[in-house]
Amino acid sequence: MTSTVDAAPYTVEEVCEHFDPVMGLEVHVELNTATKMFCGCRNEFGAEPNTHVCPVCLGLPGSLPRLNARAVEGAVKIGLALNCQVRERSGFARKNYFYPDMPKNFQISQYDDPIVFDGHLDVPLDDGSTWRVEIERAHMEEDTGKSLHMGGATGRIHGASYSLLDYNRAGVPLIEIVTRPILGAGTRAPEIARAYVSALRDVIQGLGVSDVRMDQGSMRCDANVSLMPKGSTRFGTRTETKNVNSLRSVERAVRYEMGRHAGVLLSGGTITQETRHFDEQSGTTSAGRPKETFADYRFFPEPDLVPIEPSAAWVEELRAGLPERPWERRARIQTEWGLSDEELRDLVNAGALDLVADTVEAGAPAESARSWWVSYLTQQANAAGVELADLAVTPADVARVIALVAEGTLTNKLARQVVDGVLAGEGTPDEVVAGRGLAVVSDDSALTAAVDEALAAQPAIAEKIRAGKTKAAGAIVGAVMKATRGQADASRVQSLVLERVAAGS
Amino acid sequence: MTELTRLSAVEIARRVQAREITSAEVTRAHLDRIEAVDPSLNAFLHVDRDVALAAATAVDDEIAAGTVRGPLAGVPVAIKDNIATRDMPTSCASRILEGWRPPYDATVVRKLREAGLVPLGKTNLDEFAMGGSNENSAFGPVRNPWDAGRVSGGSSGGSAAATAAGETPLALGSDTGGSIRQPGAFTGIVGVKPTYGTVSRFGLVAFSSSLDQIGTFGRSVLDAALLHEVIGGHDPADQTSIDAPLPPVVEAALAGARGDLAGVRVGVVRELSGEGNRPGVLTAFTDAVRVLTDLGADVVEVDCPSFTYAVPAYYLIAPSEASSNLARFDAMRYGLRVGDDGTHSTDEVMSLTREAGFGPEVKRRIMIGTHALSAGAYDALYGRAQKARTLIVRDFAAAFEHCDVLVSPTVPVTAFPIGERVDDPVAMYLADLCTIPTNLAGNAALSVPCGVSVDDGLPVGLQIMAPALADDRAYRVAAAYELARDTSSGTPFADTIPEPAVLETTS
Repeated sequence: MTSTVDAAPYTVEEVCEHFDPVMGLEVHVELNTATKMFCGCRNEFGAEPNTHVCPVCLGLPGSLPRLNARAVEGAVKIGLALNCQVRERSGFARKNYFYPDMPKNFQISQYDDPIVFDGHLDVPLDDGSTWRVEIERAHMEEDTGKSLHMGGATGRIHGASYSLLDYNRAGVPLIEIVTRPILGAGTRAPEIARAYVSALRDVIQGLGVSDVRMDQGSMRCDANVSLMPKGSTRFGTRTETKNVNSLRSVERAVRYEMGRHAGVLLSGGTITQETRHFDEQSGTTSAGRPKETFADYRFFPEPDLVPIEPSAAWVEELRAGLPERPWERRARIQTEWGLSDEELRDLVNAGALDLVADTVEAGAPAESARSWWVSYLTQQANAAGVELADLAVTPADVARVIALVAEGTLTNKLARQVVDGVLAGEGTPDEVVAGRGLAVVSDDSALTAAVDEALAAQPAIAEKIRAGKTKAAGAIVGAVMKATRGQADASRVQSLVLERVAAGS
Repeated sequence: MTELTRLSAVEIARRVQAREITSAEVTRAHLDRIEAVDPSLNAFLHVDRDVALAAATAVDDEIAAGTVRGPLAGVPVAIKDNIATRDMPTSCASRILEGWRPPYDATVVRKLREAGLVPLGKTNLDEFAMGGSNENSAFGPVRNPWDAGRVSGGSSGGSAAATAAGETPLALGSDTGGSIRQPGAFTGIVGVKPTYGTVSRFGLVAFSSSLDQIGTFGRSVLDAALLHEVIGGHDPADQTSIDAPLPPVVEAALAGARGDLAGVRVGVVRELSGEGNRPGVLTAFTDAVRVLTDLGADVVEVDCPSFTYAVPAYYLIAPSEASSNLARFDAMRYGLRVGDDGTHSTDEVMSLTREAGFGPEVKRRIMIGTHALSAGAYDALYGRAQKARTLIVRDFAAAFEHCDVLVSPTVPVTAFPIGERVDDPVAMYLADLCTIPTNLAGNAALSVPCGVSVDDGLPVGLQIMAPALADDRAYRVAAAYELARDTSSGTPFADTIPEPAVLETTS
């Protein structure tokens, strides 16, 4: 197969001296519904092979699909988050082709009436600008099973001596999101590809409808790349690169394919329309099966399912419930809290942004919330070797502790002890305060008695204070704090000491 | 035929539930009858005496304890072998699925069991229900009880012949283009295709999903109606199932047998009732229409011009869906596997298995369907067929505006000799002319015997078609006709079905 020998890659800058790149990105997202798309089997990653299967997802003769309403909801939510229109009546179609990991040898998908279409996503780029990616459509389909090719060196079908089939994934609901051709990106094409997939991941994560884990295959990207001579409007021949399993790989795969195409074209060759396989190790692509000029999937309407007709009221309900876009939320938070870019970045890097925001939402001032999470709690997380978000304290707990400090029930020192108690599983902040007896002694009569006692015990110091040396009060305050085991508000004690001395105590 | 195997389902149920006889006795009588006549008929592909008798005994025990599960409790029933059964193989009369045992029951089978019916076994059919003569079975043709040299009709030929010959009082079939009504007509019994979506397809091995419908066979209209009521109703496991009450078919069958047809508007479909029919068929049909008139019906002629597109449209839509439905038979998970000897790739094993496992008619339809759905042909073939389907739906709608039911002969011919048409698929397909429009439109129809043809003495069927969800209208007319027919001849038609000739066994 000499035609697949890789040409020396060019850098994107070199490529763009001669060509304009065109990209099309197809992203598959597995929904995290409790059950599969057309049966009641559990939708769960990592189970023992062929344990989540039934007559329907195995395609046994006589079985019929039954649509999971949650999958439709996930699709509509994704569409709304991508500014798509929702089709009033859309149907399923059968995509016919033979492959052993596909139980029926057809995939239930959507063809010419995808449930959502015509949208866009404004993608934030590293330099702070945004790039609008047009979304052509997003449609629902069922996932296939998995083939494990055994006995070969590569784990790919060529050279394998046998294959094992696991149908746990067969019938898991998938949403395929297809962009319109991305034009004019030039040398930024690889970065834009990565940024788009990253933004899509963040948006879908915010919706909570998918785990969007590229490493586990719950988010998968196919990158179509072609080059056209600079100034041309006619697209070149494209290749479709699969097995792109991380954000970094998306960028590398696009960069590699741009360079490879340029190498082939500049040496007078032609690009073969084909599927290519990305190799994470080498960062290169290799030819998969050549795609015939056109694969005939013989789509036709799925006769075992009825059309989906989402009501306008339901769509509007879902739209109203959409969360803020993650990056818009960040921008809003930065402005509202008056954070510098650096502070914001630290918050994001520490994984504290959402926690702080939730703490603020629970009623705490932004500054206190931020301070708790990035200092004391980060230290505790580091000490315990866990992620900040995995600490056994909730933003609501932290907000409550902050409130207790603000109302004078706790000192900062006591507050830390309360948080320690919460982390130790002793209950809510209020329960820890009660349980450990940590409330500040704010009963003035009790404090006054303690102050009088301390002054009486140290008459010399009382005299100094009376002579105007107010700094001497510190010793009395210290004695009171000791007597109250630190549960008094030191500034209140200070005032009381001065008051009692002045009153002639 | 022993006395017990001549009884109607209604009478068997009455006697069993009154504890005059046991279900086990009735079941044993039918199993004995199968042993005696099936070697010459070939109506059954699988019979398990022990399982059937155990089921019958369980029903007897319940009845003895005072529990009667339903009106047909204790009555034997046969099941077409393309309907999934947990305790019996389901082969679809195909080598590719020979010996496969489903891990589940079809919804209709579950309902049969819940209602206390006793499954006797699985009946022969054209492979994957593709055919109209039962000659496409991988396990040999079914012979017609009226004449062992003739076909039983198809594709539910086994269920029809078994019911006609007294091997069972009742049977389930499936009707995609006439596969219940046509063999019903050819064997002189009642065959019903309910409204699409009123009987669950869950567990019916799909041939053409948008056309397939499970239905019933009986030797009387009331028997067929009682079984219909057992298997019908909404099923969430089938998304094309209609969430509406089943039409009152038993009530209609009883009402029809009590009253006349005064005020019922009957439309004779001109396109189906003319010269295209054999003279003997046309005579029997004309006589039947006269009986309807005598019963007080207002008979008019109606035009359904688009019905002439029905056969070509059907023979594009059904194979298209079949080409996709049958793709799953690939040797990977169940059924036949050919070439798995370490020298062939997966693709080759799939090809070798499908080459060896499917019969010629199935292959022909898979190829037609694959072509009709291909990108270059889709619009001209599949797309145009769907348009024709829409026109047929409109013709029905227009006709039902001024008719309560429509009638025609069920088949333009009577049962033909085995082997006569096997090399002429088009002639075979044209035999479905009268039955196909109902499948394309999704409404209800049944076939009730209307005597025998003067040409050859073989039975002729009267087809009665009703709008969707108005199956009860067809039952009412059929029951009234049935009673008038038997009253005028003096003998129930079911009792005139001849004893099948027992073939000499060659060894």
